[in-house]
Amino acid sequence: MRLALVLGEVGQGLRRNLSMVVSVVLVTFISLTFVGTAILLQAQINQMKSYWYDRAQVAVYFCTDFSGVGGCDQTAATPEQVAAVEAQLESETLAPFIDAYYFEDREQAFENFQAQFEGNAIASLVTPELMTEAYWVNLVDPTQSQILADALSGLAGVESVVDQRSYLDQIFNILNASSFTAIGIAALMLVAAALLIATTIRLSAFSRRRELGIMRLVGASNRFIQTPFVIEGVVAALIGSVLAAGAVVAIVQFFVQGYLSETLPQTSFVGLDDALLVVPVLLGVGALLAAVSANVAITRYLRV
Amino acid sequence: MIRFDEVTKVYRGTAKPALNSVSLEVLSGEFVFMVGASGSGKSSMLRLVLKEDRPSSGAIHVLGQDLNRISSRKVPYFRRNLGVVFQDFRLLPNKTVFANVAFTLQVIGKSKGFIHEAVPDVLAMVGLEGKAERFPHELSGGEQQRVAIARAVVNKPSILLADEPTGNLDPTTSMGIMTLLERINANGTTVIMATHDAGIVDRLQRRVVELVGGRVVRDERGGGYVTQAMPQVQPDIVIPAAGPREGLR
Repeated sequence: MRLALVLGEVGQGLRRNLSMVVSVVLVTFISLTFVGTAILLQAQINQMKSYWYDRAQVAVYFCTDFSGVGGCDQTAATPEQVAAVEAQLESETLAPFIDAYYFEDREQAFENFQAQFEGNAIASLVTPELMTEAYWVNLVDPTQSQILADALSGLAGVESVVDQRSYLDQIFNILNASSFTAIGIAALMLVAAALLIATTIRLSAFSRRRELGIMRLVGASNRFIQTPFVIEGVVAALIGSVLAAGAVVAIVQFFVQGYLSETLPQTSFVGLDDALLVVPVLLGVGALLAAVSANVAITRYLRV
Repeated sequence: MIRFDEVTKVYRGTAKPALNSVSLEVLSGEFVFMVGASGSGKSSMLRLVLKEDRPSSGAIHVLGQDLNRISSRKVPYFRRNLGVVFQDFRLLPNKTVFANVAFTLQVIGKSKGFIHEAVPDVLAMVGLEGKAERFPHELSGGEQQRVAIARAVVNKPSILLADEPTGNLDPTTSMGIMTLLERINANGTTVIMATHDAGIVDRLQRRVVELVGGRVVRDERGGGYVTQAMPQVQPDIVIPAAGPREGLR
């Protein structure tokens, strides 16, 4: 009986304010799509980080006849100097931090370079003499590259010690910035959605002020008066949330899995399972946002 | 039943109090007319009894409860003991007579069975049998007020507050409404009625409380709209000369 009455009030409110309800649906739809995208972008970044950081190595570059930076004086590192570095890598101080290492001479470096820049004009300009010899080191803990840099960069014949992660960090910084932008837009849109829901509920309450006045006079409890409005807001926001969830799943299904994965088969991308994890978050955020803002909006009408 | 102790009400932004140190006691089963010019404080008193407002100072007890101490969450439950009728009826235009009365019971959570028993009973009591399915705009003013009264008393309140219930009605219809209010009063409900209608007050000869400028200047049992006996005067009040005053019919 009471439930039927409450739901009847909700239906009436939704019908009476149809245009406002549609705008609430659209705004929550867009804002939560941004929220979902931002979450997935973060997931993607973390996934790529763990993938690439595991593969990131520290390179110990040796001097060549052409390099004048670091400890080099335009003379290539001697075999003795290379051996000294290897002795350091094997030494008791550094060995515990090192998982594996290997030496790359000029020929190998040249081949790798040719493979990497195949078809690029630069590949034909480079000769093996231009390449640098290097030790490639995999660390036990990839974050401790500073130890190698401290220990090795001062040695004779060493040009530089480079952590590949520093290259990766730039890429991730860009990705992070775009993800924060998405979060920022999402936050702004959520504020707009909350205000719009509050306005809609106020309008709805205003159009029913006669009923509200009578309800208050005859002693309807506050919760009874409040509930239809809160449900009204939550229903509208949930419709938007469901649309947003659908949009996020569709983006992952058709754009990420369907297009990006085909185009870049080397990279692992977020999958449908990640998208499905985001869905309850979106529904929860939508419902909570609506419930809170509707509650705040209607409280003014309940003040005794 | 209802007791005002030195109640003063000053509305925000006004210097002159709407009620100035009013003390009044209404006993169970009484029928009280509140008379006085517009702005004399009648409606303010009714609002205070309903706890739609809180007094600036002083204490109000209604049905044994101190209204200053009643928490705002409990106010709805308190109001279920009170019925209210207004000059402008305040019916829901899109609901039938039956639904208007039933609405009161629905929102306080009465069962369907109870509603289907109580509503026809109360409609019969106010003389609206056979009009349950009409809409308010299909009814005369007097009939609309009867619906409002039915709505106010369907929950069997101990107190009925009526704010100029006959203000929009012609004298004959008004008398019909008064007969109805007297019958409700005879059944044990305390009735407090604010009115400008001298004819009704003179005819019924009930207790009359007169307010002037927010003070009680007369509290007379079996009185008329204007005093016939020596008024009980609060010392610092100058009573305007007796006799027909401006703004009265």
